[in-house]
Amino acid sequence: MTDLLDGFATAIALIARGDAALAEIALRSLAVTLSAVAIGCAAGLPLGAWLAVRRFRGRRAVIAGLNALIGLPPVVVGLTLYLLLSRSGPLGVLGLLYTPTAMVAAQVVIVTPLVASIAHQAMRELWAQYRDLLISLNASRAQRVATLLWDGRRTLLTAALAGFGRAIGEVGAVMVVGGNIDGATRVLTTAIALETGRGDFALAIALGIVLVALSLLVSGATHWALRTERAELW
Amino acid sequence: MVSVLPLRLEAAEAWRRGRRVVGPVDLTVAAPGLTAVIGPNGSGKTSLLRLMHGLLPPRGGAVAWAVPTTRARAAQAFVSQRPVALRRSVAANLAFPLRLRGVPRAAARARAAAQARAFGLEALMAQPGPSLSGGEMQRLALARALIAAPEILFADEPCAALDGAATREVERILADAAARVAVVLATHDMGQARRLADAVVFLLGGRVHEAGPAAAFFDAPRTPEARAFLAGEIVG
Repeated sequence: MTDLLDGFATAIALIARGDAALAEIALRSLAVTLSAVAIGCAAGLPLGAWLAVRRFRGRRAVIAGLNALIGLPPVVVGLTLYLLLSRSGPLGVLGLLYTPTAMVAAQVVIVTPLVASIAHQAMRELWAQYRDLLISLNASRAQRVATLLWDGRRTLLTAALAGFGRAIGEVGAVMVVGGNIDGATRVLTTAIALETGRGDFALAIALGIVLVALSLLVSGATHWALRTERAELW
Repeated sequence: MVSVLPLRLEAAEAWRRGRRVVGPVDLTVAAPGLTAVIGPNGSGKTSLLRLMHGLLPPRGGAVAWAVPTTRARAAQAFVSQRPVALRRSVAANLAFPLRLRGVPRAAARARAAAQARAFGLEALMAQPGPSLSGGEMQRLALARALIAAPEILFADEPCAALDGAATREVERILADAAARVAVVLATHDMGQARRLADAVVFLLGGRVHEAGPAAAFFDAPRTPEARAFLAGEIVG
């Protein structure tokens, strides 16, 4: 309990004095996560809508595969990417290992199936409602997908925020491919792991509080910006 | 511009879940005017309209237009008894078919405003489509279906869930539309069919049992089943 209270006090002190190291880590966390979520949404949302609209052989297998990938252990994703990006790996020439780009790539792999799967569920229900209308109006496949994404945008926000939640709290993959290098690839989750290992629980809890606050801030700001609670039916 | 009509069904069949729901049907829809598709529940009225419109693929026979089917699609419109409003404003719902066809936003909005005036929807333009009442929603569906000037409109029991006033308004819209386009109306309301139809198709068990001019059908039905149906007896 003392550690928890110390953690709160430390967090307030760090934030109050505008601690440069904390700001750097928090901003890097945000940058990596938001980049990964943006890429994951750009790929996952249309994929989810496309799977709702399109009928093809093996579609169910693709959906089942996508759902299975949600449970992909992050550390395995990190290890696989590590082997691909390491100097002797097929992508070693890119020199991306231990960079924020590698961390973004790892989070994209983790986030995309989650976003696509939630989007597919939401789009499937909307497609059942819109199917006859869109076919009747002679909408092309691309127009059908675009219509579903636009009209279902508030539901898709849930998918994006779920992806954000998964990515911002992720530690295993970013630790393996990022290396937790101070000033380069250290983010809030890897810093928490480091401070816990060192036994500095107050600082670890302070970082945890900042992480939770950031998560709530982004979620709240997104809801506010998109007016999810104020809009009536759409 | 070449007309997509006539629409010809030749021994056309539609199946659902391993069961034939329509056909074989031979039928021609040639010109503006209103054709009422009537028959008891389960006779295949909705399935016939969906087959003609392409929402149900023919499993036997042919559904042929005067132009290739892909071109004919753009000249058709469909409204169902449970209309769907997009999760957008009424104005955006009306402009939607035009935007799909690449009409610039400003032009589409202007035509949507004109269509709203014609259909008595101008006061509702800023409202979310899904918030409309049943009658308003059906008017919106008809206005949206007709905004791109189709040559044929399929209307599947559009008044099934409406009260008297809303039904009167929808019937006025259908009668006006029938002066310009071919309207194929599925209805179980014989009063409505008598008021609106130029021609009648009487379905029984998924097949055309009797078809012809409305006046002749209602005055002197040829078959005992049609006579019984018009007398309000249970057939089929």
